[in-house]
Amino acid sequence: MKEEEKEVLKVLEENARLSYGEIARLVGVAGGEAGGEAGGEAGGEAGGEVGGEAGGEAAVKKIISELEKKKIIKKYTVVADWEKAGVESVQALIDIKVSPERETGYDPVAERISRFPEVRSVRLVSGEYDLSVLVEGKTMREVAYFVAEKIAPLEQVRNTLTHFLLKTYKEDGEIYGEEEGEGKRLAVTL
Amino acid sequence: MSNKIAERVKGLKGSGIREFFDVAEQMEGAISLGVGEPDFVTPWSIREACIFSLEKGYTSYTSNWGLLELREAISERTYRESGVFYDPEGEILVTTGVSEAFDLALRAVVNPGDEVVLHEPSYVSYKPCTVFAGGTPVCVETRVEDEFKLRAEQLAERVTEKTKAVVLNYPNNPTGAALSRKELEEIAEVAEERDLVVISDEIYGSLTYGDNGDSGERGRGHTCFSSLNGMRERTVLLNGFSKAYAMTGWRIGYAAGNRELLEAMMKIHQYVMLCAPITAQKAALEALSPRCDCETEKMVEEYNRRRRLMLAGLREVGLECFEPKGAFYTFPSVESTGLSSEEFAKRLLLEEKVVVIPGSVFGACGEGFVRCSYAVSQYEIKEALERIGRFLEGLEGGGRGLRGEGV
Repeated sequence: MKEEEKEVLKVLEENARLSYGEIARLVGVAGGEAGGEAGGEAGGEAGGEVGGEAGGEAAVKKIISELEKKKIIKKYTVVADWEKAGVESVQALIDIKVSPERETGYDPVAERISRFPEVRSVRLVSGEYDLSVLVEGKTMREVAYFVAEKIAPLEQVRNTLTHFLLKTYKEDGEIYGEEEGEGKRLAVTL
Repeated sequence: MSNKIAERVKGLKGSGIREFFDVAEQMEGAISLGVGEPDFVTPWSIREACIFSLEKGYTSYTSNWGLLELREAISERTYRESGVFYDPEGEILVTTGVSEAFDLALRAVVNPGDEVVLHEPSYVSYKPCTVFAGGTPVCVETRVEDEFKLRAEQLAERVTEKTKAVVLNYPNNPTGAALSRKELEEIAEVAEERDLVVISDEIYGSLTYGDNGDSGERGRGHTCFSSLNGMRERTVLLNGFSKAYAMTGWRIGYAAGNRELLEAMMKIHQYVMLCAPITAQKAALEALSPRCDCETEKMVEEYNRRRRLMLAGLREVGLECFEPKGAFYTFPSVESTGLSSEEFAKRLLLEEKVVVIPGSVFGACGEGFVRCSYAVSQYEIKEALERIGRFLEGLEGGGRGLRGEGV
C-alpha cells in the first residue's frame, strides 16, 4: 500500500466527513496544496494553483474510490455515545465454547452466528472459550432470550457465558467522558 | 522600591505586549494561534511511569548531573539518531528544561563584554539571558527571502575578536525555518575558522517535515549540529522533552557537549538548581523507551497535516507565507494589510477573537510578520482561518490605509 493511501485512511479514520479537497490539503496529495473545500468563500482565489487544487481533489477521490472497491474501506460510520443520547440499549459479550468440525474447523458455526443481526461482532479467540461474540438488544431479557434460543441450542455450541456490559470507558480508540487537558493551556506562550 | 532593583534588570525592556496577552488570556470564545506548546497531553505511558515512581517513593534529590540511567538513555538516543556519542558520565547534564540549560551554557562561557551572536527573529529569552550572563548580544537579521535561514556569510560578517559564541535555533521558533545539512556545514566552517562556541538549541529537532511533493526530500531530516565534522568539541547541544513528547510543564531538558564545558555548566547548576525534579526525570526516562517512539511519530504526522492546512489556508486568504519545514509555527507576512504586526494582532484579537503573536516580539526584523502556531486542532485552524479571512476582507472594505492609527 502506498504512503499516500495510508495517509488518506488515517485522515478518514479520524474524520470521515471531510471533503476531498480538505483531505487533499491535509495529506499533501500532489497538487493539493491549494486545495479548497466546496463553498470556500474566498471566491477570489489568491494566486494561481487552481489546476493543482482540482488535481489534488481528483487524486483523493480516485484513491478513496479504489480503497472502497478493494473493500479496504468497509464502511463509514459514527462512534455514538448512545447512553448520552438517552437511547437505551443492552450489550453483552458472550463467550462460546464450540466443537470445531473436521476439515472446516470453526468457520461454519462462526459464520452462522455472524448472520444474526443482533450480533455486532464475532471473533475467534484463544483461551478457555473459542468465540467472543458481542450481542445487542433493547433489554436484558431480549439478549438473554436470544442467547438461549439462538446460540445455545446450536449443535456445535457446548457452553456459553454471558457478560452484560455495564459501562463503556473507551470505544474504538476514543475515551469517553471529559477530554484530557482541555482548557488548561495558556492562550499565549512565546 | 525601584531604587533597590538591580540596574541589569531595570535595563530590560518590559514587554508592552504583555497587556495584549492578558486580554487574549481572558477573552471568551477566542481561538489562540499564540500557543508555543503542543496541544497533546503527555502520552499516558509517560504519565503512568511518573505515577508509579511516586508510588515507589522516588521523591529525593538525584545526582547533580541527573539520574545515571536517564543520562545513559539520552546518550544512546543521541548516538542512534545522530551518530554522536556523549559519555553519560561527564558529558551530559540533565536540566530543568532547555531554558535552564541555555542559561547555564551562556554563563559558563561568557566573560563580561564578550559578544554572542544571535539570529533573529528568535525565541524571546536568548537576548536577556545573554545580558544576564554579562555578554553583549549581537543580532543577525534573517530574511524572508532566505526563508529565515541564517546564512554563513551573515554570521561571518558579524563575528569580531570579541565574539565568543553563536546561538543556533533550528528548527526555529518563531519562523518554523529549518536548515539543511549543507547550510549547517557552511555555518560550521565559520565556527571553526573563527573559533566560536556554538550553542545549538535543537528542542524542535524531532519536529521536521520534508514531505514528498513539496521538496522532493523523502522522510524527515534534522541534522544535529554536533554531528558535523569537528563540531562536537565546540558545540553545546541543547535538547529536551517538551516538544517531542508534549512535556512542556514537566520542565525537563538536557545539555551535551565537551567535558570541560559541561563540568563548568554543572558547577553553576549544582548551586542554583541542584538537580532537575526526580519525578520529571523518571517520566523522561520512560519517554526515551522505544514504546514512546510511535507516540512522537503520531504527533509529527498530525502536525504535518495541520501545517499543510494552515499554510494553504493562509495563502488562500491572501497572506504570503513561506513554507516552514520545522517546529509548529507558520510566519506569514502581514505587510500587505498596511498594518504593523502589533496592530494586526491587536485588531484581529478585538475584531475576530483570534490570537496571533506579532513578529516584532521576536526581534525588530520580525516586524511585518505574525507567528501562527498550528499546535491546535484542525477544527480550530479552519475556524481561525475563516475569521482571519473575514478580518482581511473587512480591512479591504475601508480598513486599508489605517497604517499608524493604531487601535
